[in-house]
Amino acid sequence: MPSTGEIAALIEEALPGSKVQVEDMGGGDHLYAHVVAPQFEGLSLIQQHTMVNGAVEHLLGPGRPIHALKIKTEVSS
Amino acid sequence: MIVTEEQIRDEVLDAIKQHRVMLFMKGVPEAPRCGFSMQVVQILDAVGTEYAAMDILPDPRIRQVLSAESGWPTIPQLFVNGELVGGCDIVTELYEDGKLKELVAA
Repeated sequence: MPSTGEIAALIEEALPGSKVQVEDMGGGDHLYAHVVAPQFEGLSLIQQHTMVNGAVEHLLGPGRPIHALKIKTEVSS
Repeated sequence: MIVTEEQIRDEVLDAIKQHRVMLFMKGVPEAPRCGFSMQVVQILDAVGTEYAAMDILPDPRIRQVLSAESGWPTIPQLFVNGELVGGCDIVTELYEDGKLKELVAA
């Protein structure tokens, strides 16, 4: 099971310059990620969420360590 | 009658094309079968927009072809003007920010 810090590091690596906070919402497999990134500028929410999901895609879904990832995105100023 | 995957894909794509606001959900608006689908139905009702809905539960291939087309893994999925807006989280965020109303009105 990857730690919340490891998940945050993966997202930060995919979005250089971003600030990421990952919290465990219960059981270690329901996570919440708050991502502030410059790359989100001008993108729709669906595009922003897809970028975050893409960074941890290999860990997400049935039979994988993360069951659900709730995402909140912000454009960094 | 045997329904092919191709027919299901046509039906899904037609629904997205023909309805300006199109919701793919578990269950029907009058009886959602999942809390996330229910939340999106309640938000669309609160916004007061007309929309069409398709239940993805009767055939597992509906969800497979939908996710293959949209690139979005989970249900519900809301489309406006032929484009995927998002699932429950995004729809809720847009609603709370007051942006959903202008999106469905546009």
